[in-house]
This record gives sequence, C-alpha cells and structure tokens, in this order.
Amino acid sequence: MSLIQVKNLSFSYDKKRPVLADITLDLDGRSTAIVGQNGAGKTTFVKLLKGLLKPDFGEIHIGKTSVKEATVASLARKVGLVFQNPDEQIFKGTVRDEVMFGALNLGQDKETAETRAREALERVGLGHLSETNPQDLSLSEKKRVSIASVVAMDPEIIIFDEPTIAQDHAGKEQIKHLIRGLQEQNKLVMTIIHDMDFVAECFERTLVFNEGKLLMDGLTRDVFSRQDVLHQAHLEPPSVTQLGKKLGFAETFLTVKELVSGLRNGGNR
Amino acid sequence: MKQIIVDGLKYRYPGAETLALHDVSFEISKGELIGVIGRNLSGKSTLCQSFVGLVPHFYRGAYGGKVIIDGIEVKKSTIREMSRIVGMVFQNPFTQISGSKETVYEEVAFGLENIGVRRSEMIERVEQALEMMDMERYKDRSPFDLSGGQMQRLAIASMIAMKPQVIVLDEPTSQLDPQGAEDVFQAVERLSHEGWTVIVVEHKLEKIAQYADKVLLLDGGRRVDFEIPSKVFSRGDLEKHGVTAPVYTRVCRALDCRMKDSDVYPVTLDAACEVLKKCP
Repeated sequence: MSLIQVKNLSFSYDKKRPVLADITLDLDGRSTAIVGQNGAGKTTFVKLLKGLLKPDFGEIHIGKTSVKEATVASLARKVGLVFQNPDEQIFKGTVRDEVMFGALNLGQDKETAETRAREALERVGLGHLSETNPQDLSLSEKKRVSIASVVAMDPEIIIFDEPTIAQDHAGKEQIKHLIRGLQEQNKLVMTIIHDMDFVAECFERTLVFNEGKLLMDGLTRDVFSRQDVLHQAHLEPPSVTQLGKKLGFAETFLTVKELVSGLRNGGNR
Repeated sequence: MKQIIVDGLKYRYPGAETLALHDVSFEISKGELIGVIGRNLSGKSTLCQSFVGLVPHFYRGAYGGKVIIDGIEVKKSTIREMSRIVGMVFQNPFTQISGSKETVYEEVAFGLENIGVRRSEMIERVEQALEMMDMERYKDRSPFDLSGGQMQRLAIASMIAMKPQVIVLDEPTSQLDPQGAEDVFQAVERLSHEGWTVIVVEHKLEKIAQYADKVLLLDGGRRVDFEIPSKVFSRGDLEKHGVTAPVYTRVCRALDCRMKDSDVYPVTLDAACEVLKKCP
C-alpha cells in the first residue's frame, strides 16, 4: 500500500539552482534508507515530505492528503521528522518535558503524554535521565532525546536524519532495536544516513540521491550490488559487501553472518 | 625521545563523583598516528582536553599524574602556551569557521594574523597548509560554500598553519559523508607522513584500523589497551568494552582465520581478503 506518493517533485531555495529535480516515487511500508553525498538534496526532500518546505513543481500526497494543501500542524500527526542536529529541536528544561512537548501539542492529555514520553525514553535507553536538563547531556544522548520526542508523538511515518552520528556501539544497537520495533508497529521508517553498514543491516529499500536527482530506487541488496551507481553517487558499498566482492562472490552480502555462511558453504565464486 | 608522555593521569570534573580518567599511562613518539577508541563517556574527549590544558586549567577539578608534551608539563604550563604546541579540531566543521573571512585563503591566514606573523611567512604558511589538505583549488571560495568534508579540511588547514607540534582531532568525520570522511583521513595520513604527531578520536573503526599506527582503547576512564590495531581489534573482550571490531575482523574471527605466523586477525579489507583466500 502506498503511504507517500511523490510526483514530478522539483524544488529550489533561490529559484535558480534546483536542489531537487523531477523526483517521482511511491513509498510503501518498507523501511527505507536515503543515501547520497552531502548536498545531494536528501534533507530538502524529507523537509518537503513533512511540509516544512513547499514544492516549486509537482505533488506530494501523504495517504490521501496533498501536502500542498495541508497545514504543518495537521501533517505533524502523520509525519515525524528527527533533525540531524538535536539543538535545533531541544529547548525544554527537563528531558521529560522535552519528550512530552510534541505529544501535548497534538492535543493529548497530560497523563497520556507522560506515559508516551516515559515509554519513548525507555525505548532509546534514557529512562533514567527524565529529570535531567537536556542541555547537560552529551551529543549522543541529545540525539536520542530528540528521537524519543518524535516517537512519543506516535506518527505513522517517522523520518530520521543521520540517527547514528556520535553513537557508540551500544547507542547504535539501541537505535537498531527501536527501528525494528517501529516497523513491527507497522510504521514507515525512513532515514537519511551515511553509514552504509547500518543501512545494510536495517533497511529493506534504499533511495540513492545524487545532485538533486533520484539515481536509483530499489531493494537495498540490489542497490549495493550496483557498483556503477554507487560510484556515480560517490558512495561505497558496506564493508561486508566489499569484502564479498573482493573474494570473488557473485552474491551481494549485507551482513557478516551472510558472508560467513557464504564462505563456509563455498558459495558462488 | 617520546613526544608525549602520559604518566598515571587521573582526573575528576568538579562536582563529579567518579573519575573521568583513572591512572592512564602511555607514550607517543613523534610522527605517530594514534587512534583513540571506546564507548561514549569512556574518557576520550577528556583525554584530548588534557593535551591542550583545558583539563585542568579551564575545567579545574581534581588532577593527578602528569602529561608532558615536548618536554613541557601541561599542569605547570598554561592553555595559551599549550595551544601553540597542540592544535585541536572538533566534530562540527561549521562551528570552527570564523565567519568573518570571505575566502578560504583568508580564513587560513586568520590565526596567523592574530599572532602577528610576517606577511611573507604568512603567505608561505597558508599556501603550505592548503596544499597539505588538498584545498588549493578552493582558496578563493567562501568558507560557507564548501561541503562538510572540505570545511573540515579547512579547519585542519587553519590549525596546521599555526604549526603546532601535535594535532588532536576529536571525531572529525562524524558529520561527513563517506567520501568526505575518506578525504579527511587521507589528509590526516599525509600529516603523519610529514612528521606530525596526530591523535584522532573516532567511532569509524574501519578507518582507525586502516590508518592508525596504534590504538588506545579506553573504558571507564581507564586504559584497556595501547597496541597496533590488529592486536587491539583481535581482543576477545572487545564488546565488553563497548566496541565492535571492524567487519573484516569479525568475518575472519567467525572462521578462525588468523594472520600468517601470528595469533591476530586481519583488520583491513586487503589483509582480510588475503587471509580468507588462503584459509582452509
């Protein structure tokens, strides 16, 4: 089922140089990664989906709602966006108030908002910090607070912008777990990300942006098998994919487990 | 002679209950490229700040042991003096650009102007720094018209123009795309080949494995290991210390394929490929 429809979308900040040109795609429930160089138009694209920017040309529909006609407030119920820089998002005096803020703004009563905030903080591993001032947290913790704030609003579509920045192994595992949980709740999870190893492990579908254009849209495994496309977008396949190719395998491996079993079984070399 | 000596360093931030650094000792020779790894809050950034004297002179707190750089003991020196010896670059390239200069060239000259370097020497040092960072072709651009990777290389160029003896980079590539991160690491490697001592804190362990001469693994403010990358990443208890080995090492470990005549696993793509091809 199509959750987001994008048709002939174009956008430019200065009305001269296009940042996005003629993007057409359909997003269904599959978890989707958006990859590409800095400046490829990824963040602009997700801001358009959330209605923070208005297209110059083309249409975006979230379900049956046209983003052009909807207010930012009404879209906030459907689409949650976690910014790359948590300081653009965080402003309350305690972590709990911060995470409750969005939910309260959507009209939830205090009790529900508090429960949602508590659950969301547990999910990102910060349940113990609810009384702390967010400004006293490390960058990795702030990032997880900003993720929890959006999760507490319970939108149907959740978009992350570089969620793994500044995260160590444990933080990444926590985010991986959260993404899988959101998928189980039938939410559409999308993320802009530079970490290809993370994409390989967590996302079914991958969109490759390059210089404002959608260069490729496909299953993550198919995208990472296309060395030519990745090269054009100045990207490298995940480490495990690279190792598999260098060892002469025809298959595209996405996880350590897959490659190890390929090596054990002799595989297709 | 060792360029950096850290001897029994202990540090506690004011008001903190636990030590941020606990009896840390190691030595670094001139020209070495050292990767510092560990989970968040393991003491990596605090250690970086102890080189330039922010710990203890700015943050205060309880301090024990010694950090000696180029024969100067940090505790007995000042931030002003140490910042001439130690150059630092942080995570976010945007916050390190002065914002007052119109071109990349002028931005690199900015620090030199501030300390009153002669014009002819200034030109020489700016051009050298831009060349080292492969940034000459952007010299007339606005610093804000650069990609993240270029901006981070500009921040490093501005710092090396000041000719510090030691360069400390705290997660310099975390906000960059893969190409930008690779460009920064190649630039950092050039610095180390030119004889600069470089210390880089980084979560991208594949990069550390590829570029670092040695890896310092910290956990809970303590030194867990200080060895060549293949030794550190072959430790069986790595995950217990909040770190995963590079993908290449994990594949080889799962199949128990070790480096020839040694008990360690490969840590880079090329080494893993070679070992796996021969491994039964």
